[in-house]
Amino acid sequence: MAVTLAGLMAIDIVGELEFIWRILPELGKGLVTTLELTALALTAGLVLAVPTAVVRTYTRGPLNWLFTAYVEVFRGTPLLVQLFVVYYGLPEMGIVFDRFFSAWAALTLNSAAYQSEYIRGAIMSVSEGQLTAARSLGMRPLQAFRWVVLPQALRLALPAWSNEVAYMVKYVSVVYMIALPELFTRGAMIRSRTFKVWSPMISVAVIYLGVVIGITRVMDYVEKRLRIPGLESGHGGREY
Amino acid sequence: MTEPILRVENIHKAYGPTEVLRGVSVDVRPGEVVVIIGPSGTGKSTLLRCVNQLTPPDQGRVWLKDVELTDKRTDINKARERIGMVFQDFNLFTHLTALQNVMLGLTKVKRMKPTAARAKAVMELEKVGLADKADLYPAELSGGQKQRAAIARSLAMDPEVMLFDEPTSALDPELIGEVLEVMQDLAAEGMTMLVVSHEMGFAREVADRIIFLENGVIADEGPPEQFFTNPKNPRTREFLWKLTELYGNHGEKGSRRSGRRGR
Ligand SMILES: Nc1ncnc2c1ncn2[C@@H]1O[C@H](COP(=O)(O)OP(=O)(O)O)[C@@H](O)[C@H]1O
Ligand SMILES: [Mg+2]
Repeated sequence: MAVTLAGLMAIDIVGELEFIWRILPELGKGLVTTLELTALALTAGLVLAVPTAVVRTYTRGPLNWLFTAYVEVFRGTPLLVQLFVVYYGLPEMGIVFDRFFSAWAALTLNSAAYQSEYIRGAIMSVSEGQLTAARSLGMRPLQAFRWVVLPQALRLALPAWSNEVAYMVKYVSVVYMIALPELFTRGAMIRSRTFKVWSPMISVAVIYLGVVIGITRVMDYVEKRLRIPGLESGHGGREY
Repeated sequence: MTEPILRVENIHKAYGPTEVLRGVSVDVRPGEVVVIIGPSGTGKSTLLRCVNQLTPPDQGRVWLKDVELTDKRTDINKARERIGMVFQDFNLFTHLTALQNVMLGLTKVKRMKPTAARAKAVMELEKVGLADKADLYPAELSGGQKQRAAIARSLAMDPEVMLFDEPTSALDPELIGEVLEVMQDLAAEGMTMLVVSHEMGFAREVADRIIFLENGVIADEGPPEQFFTNPKNPRTREFLWKLTELYGNHGEKGSRRSGRRGR
């Protein structure tokens, strides 16, 4: 107890703040990388998720099995394993990507698997009668999907998708394991260089917290703006 | 006698081992209103869906004028533009306003310019008395308003035939009148209609012919006067009697006028 108290009193507050001020630009660069990876993985993930959800909802047979296997594998294995396979495993087969691309690829494939599940659930909760009505007007199947089902499904998937954004910001930190300098990696590098733990880690944590709170606010606003009477959005996202 | 506009010929349809339709033939001439009645589960909806091929029949043919809809080479989407369909549950597009619901087929199927589509959609909504509800979403409309919007959505495609599948069955009794009135106006304008409905007041007044479908076959058929007073099949009388018991008399003339169409 006495040791702890003595330790606390020994903290040079001003010195620590100065230290944090000096490492901020470096952490800022890391944050930019984190946000870049998050945005790229989420958008590419969404682009892959929609066709994946469509195939899994509307088709039977080999194509369905293939996409189902993809989703199961990427939801059922650790992101870290996926990252290592892409960054360390593929080069052994002659396929070499740089760090950033490897990280993006692994995060995208992982996120797409989850996003496709949110969208699939949302597609299935759009009443079949609306699809029938669209077809009875003379719409082709893809038109009916594009103009009737998809706009509703995306809105219904929005709460889960918002969670995915908040998770992804934090998940990106696994790229520390391939030494890609995003926010957490920068903090860890500062720690090993300066032997200081608390200031860099608390700074990193506060930045993450601010970003996640900001994202949550923005997504709440977007959800409110897109709300349509009678189209109650569900809730969800990755479960812990 | 004029050529039929819609010819349904010997339709068979089975789901698994159960034969739902066992050889049903119906001819509908231009401007004719044919009302189909029959017990629940007897294949009335299936029959309508076999007409526009939402459910392709196992056997039999359907012709719209000289286009065979059951022919695999027919562009069924083109043909469906010519056949309007109205559903028991309205099936409005939840994410679109009444106006946008009516516009969607015009812009996406008929490829009309948005301004022209909007003008036409407004006109169609006016026709069903919903001009002032154009910007409301389906969830903000009453059941009767929803069904009228759905009718406007179909009419906007300028169909040659309209199919109605129990259009008032999901409505509160006081909202049935406003929908039947729209249908009655439509019939008076000369629209060809194939209507599944148990509104006997409507059938008596508007139908040119009533068909009694039972166990997948046409058990009886005839003009309303004969159908109600002197049915060929004793089962018809029995079923009509049951209908009165089930639905009471609110389908009869007079009482359905209670629900006036909204402005
Ligand atoms: N998609 C389907 N799959 C299996 N059975 C069906 C399907 N659609 C209808 N049926 C069955 O066919 C029968 C007739 O149904 P339907 O045409 O809806 O009857 P109705 O409209 O006269 O009440 C019912 O027994 C129903 O369960
Ligand atoms: Mg039915």
